[in-house]
Order: sequence, then C-alpha cells, then structure tokens
Amino acid sequence: MTGSNQGAHSVANASHTTEALRGAPEPTTEHHKLDLLRFTTAGSVDDGKSTLIGRLLYDSKAILEDTWAAVERASNQRGDSYIDLALLTDGLRAEREQGITIDVAYRYFTTPKRKFIIADCPGHEQYTRNMATGASTSNLAIILIDARRGVVTQSKRHGFIASLLQIPHLLVAGNKMDLVDYDETVYQSIMDEYRAFASKLAVQDVVYIPISALRGDNVVNKTDAMPWYDGPTLMHHLENVNVTAGRNLIDFRFPIQMAIRPHQNFRGFAGQIASGSIRPGEEVVVLPSGKVSAVRSIVTYDGDVEEAIAGDSVVLTLEDEIDVSRGDMIARRHNLPQAADQFECILCWMGEEPLNPQTGYVLQHTTRQVRAFVAELNYRIDIDTLHRVPAQTLHLNEIGRVKLATTQPLFYDPYSINRATGGFILIDPYTNNTVAAGIIRRKASELDEIVPPAAVVRKATNVTWEEAAIGRTVREERNGHKAAVLWFTGLSGSGKSTIARLLEQRLFSLGCQTFFLDGDNVRHGLNGDLGFSAEDRKENIRRVAEVARLAFEHGDLTICTFISPFREDRAFARSLVEEGRFVEIYVRCSMDTVKSRDPKGLYVRAERGEIPEFTGVSSPYEEPVTPELILDTDILNPEESVGRIVAALRSLGLLSHDL
Amino acid sequence: MNYIRSQLNQLEAEAIFVMREVAAQFERPLLLCSGVRNCIGLVHLARRALWPGRIPLTLLHIDTGHNFQETLDFRDQLVESMEAKLLVRYVQDSIDQGRVVEEKGPRASRNVLQTVTLLDAVTELKADAAIGGARRDEEKARAKERFFSHRDRFGQWDPKNQRPELWNLFNGRKHQGEHFRVFPLSNWTEMDVWQYIRPADRPSVALFLPPPRRVRTRRDVAGCLPDYSADPWRTSPECDRSLSHHRRLDLYRRRGVDRRIR
Repeated sequence: MTGSNQGAHSVANASHTTEALRGAPEPTTEHHKLDLLRFTTAGSVDDGKSTLIGRLLYDSKAILEDTWAAVERASNQRGDSYIDLALLTDGLRAEREQGITIDVAYRYFTTPKRKFIIADCPGHEQYTRNMATGASTSNLAIILIDARRGVVTQSKRHGFIASLLQIPHLLVAGNKMDLVDYDETVYQSIMDEYRAFASKLAVQDVVYIPISALRGDNVVNKTDAMPWYDGPTLMHHLENVNVTAGRNLIDFRFPIQMAIRPHQNFRGFAGQIASGSIRPGEEVVVLPSGKVSAVRSIVTYDGDVEEAIAGDSVVLTLEDEIDVSRGDMIARRHNLPQAADQFECILCWMGEEPLNPQTGYVLQHTTRQVRAFVAELNYRIDIDTLHRVPAQTLHLNEIGRVKLATTQPLFYDPYSINRATGGFILIDPYTNNTVAAGIIRRKASELDEIVPPAAVVRKATNVTWEEAAIGRTVREERNGHKAAVLWFTGLSGSGKSTIARLLEQRLFSLGCQTFFLDGDNVRHGLNGDLGFSAEDRKENIRRVAEVARLAFEHGDLTICTFISPFREDRAFARSLVEEGRFVEIYVRCSMDTVKSRDPKGLYVRAERGEIPEFTGVSSPYEEPVTPELILDTDILNPEESVGRIVAALRSLGLLSHDL
Repeated sequence: MNYIRSQLNQLEAEAIFVMREVAAQFERPLLLCSGVRNCIGLVHLARRALWPGRIPLTLLHIDTGHNFQETLDFRDQLVESMEAKLLVRYVQDSIDQGRVVEEKGPRASRNVLQTVTLLDAVTELKADAAIGGARRDEEKARAKERFFSHRDRFGQWDPKNQRPELWNLFNGRKHQGEHFRVFPLSNWTEMDVWQYIRPADRPSVALFLPPPRRVRTRRDVAGCLPDYSADPWRTSPECDRSLSHHRRLDLYRRRGVDRRIR
C-alpha cells in the first residue's frame, strides 16, 4: 500500500462515524457470537513486529481518529513518504530513554469473526520474562523472521519458550518479503531451516506464511506478488485457527476462590473452572479434606445452569455440609488431580535478585499459597543452544530445572496435560515481588508410594548375571539416543497399539534402535500358557518386563503395549530398569469411546459374559498415579499423541534435541 | 453442549475472577465509581461476582465538581439499587485545603488533581485495594498496566515494582500501608463495554443515550459540553449541536468524542 492511499483512509467520514456511535449500544448479535483468540508476537526491534501489529490494527479499523492523526503528523515530521504503522504501538525508544521497564504490552482488535488480544513481547530485552508472561495466556505465537536475515538465535529462543509454555499453535511469518523481491527460494530455505528446528519442539501445529507487513502482502489481503504461495493469509489463519486446542475439557478442576454465605440457607463456593466440565448431581471430592459429596447446583447471577465448563466463573453448592475454603479444590471423584509435596519443575527466573536456594519462597498455585524451597537445582537450560548447563543459581531471565519442595501438598496436574493446574509463581516473602514462573513436570521420586512386589523368587539359584561384552552405554553412544522402556498402559481399544506402531515408525525414521513388544503377540508364544486371571496377568507382565529389560540393556527404545491393569505389576516393570528410563504412558479415554471403537468386538462379548475377567467390564483397571505422560485419545489423534511422546522423550533427555 | 464461549462471556468470567480475587485477598477494598460507563460495568460485575451475596465493597466517588447532572443522578440510583455504601470525596475540598492548586488556562482540567483527593481518601479509609475501570486499550501508556497494579506507601506507581502476571495468578501481597489498584476490565475494549452494558440488559444505561448534547470541535477534537456554567467552552461560539457519546465523560475536555477512522 502506498502513502497516499493510507492518507486517504485516514480522513474519517464524520457523519458516518456519528451514526456508528449512535448505534453502538444497541445489541448486535454477531458481536455476541464472537470468540476470542489470545496470541503473542515476539521479535526484536528491527524485524517489523510493530509494523505488523500496526498493520493488523489499521486494517481491522481498531484505530481512533485522533491516534491516527498523531501518527500521520509524526510521520510527516520525519519526512517519511509513507505513514509509519509502527508508530501506532512503538513506545520502546521513549521508554528506554525514560528508564521504564520494558514490558509486555497488550493490544486489541476485532474482526467480524473474532476478537483478538495481542500480548506484544519486546524481543530484545527481558525476552524470557516477557515471552513467558505473554505466552502463559496465549493460544498462538507469531514468530517473525526478517527474510533478509533469515533464522537468527532469537527466532529459536521464542519458539523454545512458546513450546515450554505449551502454546498449541505457532505461526512463523517470513517478513519483509518485498525486500528480497518476493523470492520463493529465499523464503523456502529460511522456512526449511526453521522447520528443522521446530520439529524438536513440543508444538504440534506450525504454520509458515510469507508476508510484508509494511506493504500489507498476505497480512489481511492476499497478494499478487507471490503467486507461488497458495496458503492462507496471516489474518485468515488467525481468524480460523482452532481456539479450543490447549483447553482441557476432560479433567474437572475447580479451585475455590472464596466461600459465599449471604445467609444461613445458602452456602456456595465461588471460583473459575480451571478445566473440564461439571453438571449438577455429579459426585465430587473436596481436596485436601477428601470429603465426598455431590454438586447440588451451579449458581450464576442469571440463574442456575445445567452445565459449566472450563473458563466459566460460577458458584457451586454441594449436597452435604462440608467445610470448604479458599485454596481448596473440587474435582470429580473418579478423576482426581495428583497430590505431592515434591516436584520436578522448570523455573523461569524473573526476579532482579538471583535464586537463593537457602531461602524459602511463597508458592502461589491456583488459589493456594504455600511455603516452598528449592531442594535441588539440576541444571540451567541455555536457551540459545537448548543445552543443559550446570548452575549454582538462576539469574533474571534464566531457565532451569529444579526439584521443589512445599510444606503442604499441592493438587496439580503436569503442565503438559493441564496449563491451569500445572503452572505456579514464586513470590519473595520479603519484597513480595513475583520472582519466578514455574511449570510442574511431575512429582519427584516417583516410587515412594508404589512399593514394587518383593523380588521375584528365583528358582535357579546358581545363575549369575553375565555382563554383556558390549555395554549399554557404548551402544547408546553409537545409537545417538538413550535406551528406555516406553510402557503403554490403558484399556483395550484405547489406542495403545495404534499409537505405539506409529511411534515406532517415527522413531525408526529418526534413526533410533527400537524394539516392539505387543500384548497380543506375546500371548501366542512366550506367554501362550497364560490366561487372564490376576495371577496369570501378573506372570504375563513379569515375563514381558524381563524381556523389555534385556532389550533395554541392548540399548533399544523398547516399546511395550500391555493393558497391564494393575499398578503393582507396572511398578515391577519399572523397578527393573534404572531411574529415569521407564516411561509410563497412560493411554486414556472414556469407556464410551472404547466401546464404540471395539475393533475386535471384545466389549460386546465381555458384556454378554462370554469373556471372563475382561478389563473395564468384569475386571478392574487401576489408573496410574504418576505416569510420565497421559494421552487422552478422546481428544488427541494418533499423530498428535506421537508428537507428545516424542516431545516427552526429548524433555526427559532420552532423545537429543538434534534428533 | 456448546463448548465455545463468546468473547464477552470470557471477558466477563475473567473480570468476575479478578473481582473475587480482590474480595478474597484484600481486607478493605474500594470500588471507584463516578457513575460513568466503565463504572456501571464494574458495579454490575461486582454484583455478579459475589452473587447471591451482597457487595461488601464501599463505592467511592472522587467528585471533580465537573459533572453531568445525569451521571450524578444515575450514580445515586445505582447505589440505591445495589444497597451499597457510597462515599464521596470532593476535589474542591482538596483545593480549599491547599492540598492542590487548580490548573489555569483553556485546557485546564481537574483530572490530575483528583489523584491527590483519591490518595487522601485511600489513607483515610485505610483501603488496601481500589478497583478502577481503566482499560488497556485506552492509550499507549496503559497497554502495559497490570490487573493488580502495586502502589507504594506514598501511593506512587513504581515501574520497577510491577509484578509479572502469568496465567491467572495475581499476587496481591503487600507491606503495611501499600495498596493496589485493580483493573478487572483491563482486557476489555471500549466496544466490549458498550455491548456489555447495552440498554436491553442494563436499563440504567439509557442515561448514556441522552438527548442531543451540544458538541464543540476544537483542534479536531469534539467534546460535549458539561452542565456547570463556569466552563469557558460552554460560552464558546464554536459550539454546534449534534449527538455524541463520550470515550470517558470525566475526560471530556482532553479526549473528546470518539471517531473511529474508516
């Protein structure tokens, strides 16, 4: 777009505007159906981020007349031939001169389809702190790459933090295409480089778009300048990307903000549903007391409702008189959060003072505050190289992995499953400042509660373990990855084998050594003599666990798919390999789903009583308490599940990030 | 069941969450209410947040003396219908006590002066939080404002002491004598507020669709004329008559009427 065009646009039609304002307060139903997308933009001073935001605001008509007039004036004063859209948002230079902290700035615009909230993160300074802050509430991140400069360290940093904070969608925009003559090869080589990097991240959806924010190419309007690109414009993608991704609608978690007691006959608990959904009549547990009750009603100002979902602010009343107060959590009886007082976490340090392992901090998680201290600082992550670096402390803008201990247990889910109950902040109790953001990976020291069965009685006593001529570590070095046992557990029909097969193909194509042990197959030979009684199931698992151990010692990524319904048996399998090498993957889905899938017609037969001791029908399934990974196959497709597993293997350090 | 929530539903749920955090984390919160548009939204949200409980907040109006009569009437009506407690503190009193000096000149405004009156009121009432209706879309400088904005013992905003806000975890811890300004409408735009308080739902807003007011335009900024007679704009010959709403009634002279570029 040229300068004169923009100038023409800036002349508002006054009478039209007055009409619009007069009409504003009238209800317009279209607006009420708009949904909301929160996204971050990250980039450094010169990559055109401010121009892009200015362009989005301008093209969506979110700019007031007087603001526009000021920008026009400023551009004219500088003698520019065009109106500098960056001036609409760019306050950075002035702020730096005034010594104001560089912070995330929030911008707003609306199109006929959606309202957008931009968390605009200055890329250059304080980037970790700002990116993490902006990313914590976002569903999408735009990463801008200057086509003239290609992928720079910062482009990777931003991708890494977006991935760490579990932003479900990444949009990589190759900007300033006009300055490289809209050349497809330039664009492709940049995107190939970024694609290679992004494959190491835990982000499932990455989209690449060539744009020129200055000229408006492919921002809102499709351009003629790049006929070789046939994908969506940036705005089209923003308007259509799925906003429910990243929202957990399965696990009902309701952290209590306050009790509401206007009179003797009403006792309600106010809060915002962190995840999942709830209906009156459902059985719930109040944590930490563990008291069981049922939801009587879901109260709002507009009347009682029949269902409330993640994000709704409501008041719940319960059937029983139970003492509930701020910081407690209500969950469904058969779907409880995990409880622990020691965690493996990632911390983003945000305080001016570095982390002091000797000091206690206040930890705020959901609506709860407890005392916490850092029990162990495992390492720092160099976010330019993604390498682990030994560290004594964490300074401002550094990221590290720690073991954290709290004085009271927290009710949480791993952040990878639930952003709302897996994130926390640390507060310095002396200054009261927020000094760190944390995400919980999992409970520390997994095996404390689940005691493995007493060592199996060995019948042959005169056998000694033969050390392999070629040790596992040597094999691992040559393979380029660690050995591990990936143990899939879950109901028949939950999707274990489908995901595991796909995973093996993926690992194989990455050049990994794999080994596959399938529940059905081993019952043809190795375990052909066993049935499905609890006793036989135990022996079944014992044998395959031993085989898995041999494959593990052989340096393989050993994939095991077994219903393995009993905790005790899985704990045994875990106990055979060294700590950190057993990855328990709980493939979870509702009973309704497995029945509807039922590939072998087993559930139908089991319900008719034709198959005795069928897990989920006539034999129990004990859910894992602290699996390394939970895959909800009600919502995840097999490809997404595999993506999560690979990401988990990387974050567990089993696969290197270069692989 | 529909699992998509409209953006207004989401903004409302967020604002209610923030309101409840204030009610839970602070002992003596105030709700700043001068009866203008954002404040209508705030009071309604406070009522929704604590429903079926009553609003335990004290409403505080800092009266600059530069009012539209309708807003005052409306304010009193609102307070009455909510059975809430209203306190009024006057900028004029601060001027009379010599705490502040009135600005001079054609662009003089009492907008800056009211800060002093407000801080005096916060101290007097020992308030630890003051809920305001400011939004981040109002101007560039506000785009970085927090939901929980920390003020030191002297009521000052210290940029070094503003806390990062992640997820929905709001840190309201403070030392004796410090307080917070809390902005539940941070993520709302002007249009959101208009739609939220639209007359169909909130009859009281009809006052904001007043009979045509006199509007004058000066340096391309249009402004409605206030009711008090001492205002020099009122007697200006440049006045014309048309219909308009204000971006912020209390800033009518500075900002004027909204005109969106097309």
